[in-house]
Amino acid sequence: MLTYTVKRLFSLIPVLLGLSLVVFFMIRAIPGDPAQLILGQLATKEAVESLTKQLGLDQPWFVQYFHYLGNLVTGDLGESIRTKAPISEEMVPYLMATIELSFCAMLVAVVIGVNAGIISAWFQNSWFDYVAMVLALIGVSMPIFWLGLMEQWVFAINLDWLPTSGREEVRNPVTAITNIYIIDTLIQGRTDQLVEVIKHLVLPSIALATIPMAIIARITRSTMLEVMRSDFIRTARAKGLKMFWVVYKHSLKNAIIPVLTIIGLQTGLLLGGAILTETIFSWPGIGRYIYEAIGYRDYPVVQSGVLVIAFIFVMINLVIDLLYAAIDPRIKYH
Amino acid sequence: MELSTHKNDQPIIGTDEKVVSPWLEAWISFKKNKLAVIGAFIVIFFILVAIFAPLIAPYTFKEQMLSNRLLPPSSDHWFGTDDFGRDIFSRVVYGARISLWVGFLAVLGSIVVGCLLGILAGYYGKWVDTIISRTFDIMLAFPSILLAIAIVAVLGPSLRNALIAIAIINIPNFGRLIRSRVLTVKQEEYIMAAKAVGMKNSRILFHHVLPNSMAPIIVQGTLAIATAIIEAAALGFLGLGAEAPNPEWGKMLADARTFLIQAPWTMIFPGLAIMLTVLGFNLMGDGLRDALDPRMKN
Repeated sequence: MLTYTVKRLFSLIPVLLGLSLVVFFMIRAIPGDPAQLILGQLATKEAVESLTKQLGLDQPWFVQYFHYLGNLVTGDLGESIRTKAPISEEMVPYLMATIELSFCAMLVAVVIGVNAGIISAWFQNSWFDYVAMVLALIGVSMPIFWLGLMEQWVFAINLDWLPTSGREEVRNPVTAITNIYIIDTLIQGRTDQLVEVIKHLVLPSIALATIPMAIIARITRSTMLEVMRSDFIRTARAKGLKMFWVVYKHSLKNAIIPVLTIIGLQTGLLLGGAILTETIFSWPGIGRYIYEAIGYRDYPVVQSGVLVIAFIFVMINLVIDLLYAAIDPRIKYH
Repeated sequence: MELSTHKNDQPIIGTDEKVVSPWLEAWISFKKNKLAVIGAFIVIFFILVAIFAPLIAPYTFKEQMLSNRLLPPSSDHWFGTDDFGRDIFSRVVYGARISLWVGFLAVLGSIVVGCLLGILAGYYGKWVDTIISRTFDIMLAFPSILLAIAIVAVLGPSLRNALIAIAIINIPNFGRLIRSRVLTVKQEEYIMAAKAVGMKNSRILFHHVLPNSMAPIIVQGTLAIATAIIEAAALGFLGLGAEAPNPEWGKMLADARTFLIQAPWTMIFPGLAIMLTVLGFNLMGDGLRDALDPRMKN
């Protein structure tokens, strides 16, 4: 396991270098003079020159790239053109907000998706199977930004059950410690705020969870169907084991690897989808941070935001890979 | 046909069965798949709507009637009107043109570029393969919509740039697909035979390798159109795609956000159109996969 882990870690190096290279060239791919474009047509010549210098655009690209890479390694993501604050510090609360939202969404997607898939496979061709699979088909095709708006219209505006947008009750703000508000309110023992925080999480989590939930349900169903036809399952049933244990213990254990892969892939999609969900629900996450930066042409922020999300995506896939090497010993020999 | 004298209960290989071309066989199995047929009907429906938009739509997509702002659905305006008094039904109908156009064109672009790169990587191998495959890996390390947003942020927001961005992010999927097909086909005996008789590389590639990869490309292409339509709408929704007054569905949803309380119909219909179109392509794509390439079935 150790050799496999080390090997897998080394294989990350070219990908991470590649990511940094793509993000680095982003600003250089802007047609025209980036500094002029960022500052607008009315900017003075001096301002343009000083920004060119700040962005390092006056040096040959490989010098700039090594400089950029050096900064990245020490955790320096540069500074925002708009707020002048260091991006690595400014980003933290946004990033934590996105992590909280994505985690809740993934939880919803996995719990509902896996169980729906299992029950569909268990009672194949039952009405539950049909309804679940039709819903999954619709879910895969769902534009989540539309679903988010529909949720707001139905549950926030018409029924008034849940708040339309934001992360907390504005009149009763949460004191941030970790910036993951569920944890923060728990530490401080503020159950009133905890309830508010969870209420704010429900709609955006469901919107964000829809597509992964649908995909996970479909994959779980098809792999479970395959596993449940195999000999060892027939044996387990023949020896009189309760169906519940056959399904949830023996079958699921053998069906979990494709499901894990999908969960890993979907987490990346989730981070991308967060931009849309965060825009709709005014969720102060990293997606909105990037989106607002695009509006202000604050390219260093866009660069760093994109890089951080891609980095997290790569890391999640690493964890998934290691996880199923741990579950299935056959994998590491390939 | 002396073989046809055998009785039906004596299964002998190659008897009564007609020799069917693989495409016809695929068509027969596609027709049997109810969901796939429904999907195909939805797709054809939206294509017809897009083609005949001027005949179907009672108004043009930019005709403003400021006295008719935010009217609820009625017999005059089936889907109601928006904040400029424009007929939403007409705008949704014209919007089909934009979404399908972007979907088809972006996917076509990524198929062409992806195939070229995939063939280069698979056929020539060595360092060419390393460079191309690593580039694909890196592109796939970004969540796709994020990469699209970054590309549009760099190129500047417009429908054309959104299309380019969507085409770029889909290249690695097709590139990898073709590369793996080329690697398999390369081992086949008929390719060796073609080489032995002195056939040129380019001829082998375009006459043998590419036609043998058509089925998975069609499947992947259909499913990619579905995602491309959602991605285009997402970019439009974020204000990074189509410009006003174009009736792009995602853009219409973004405009509708302000009137969620007053006029929910401005939001319901464009979203429904996106969902149905995407559902159509997804159902059709799934059906095509089962029919054309049973091995890809999950």
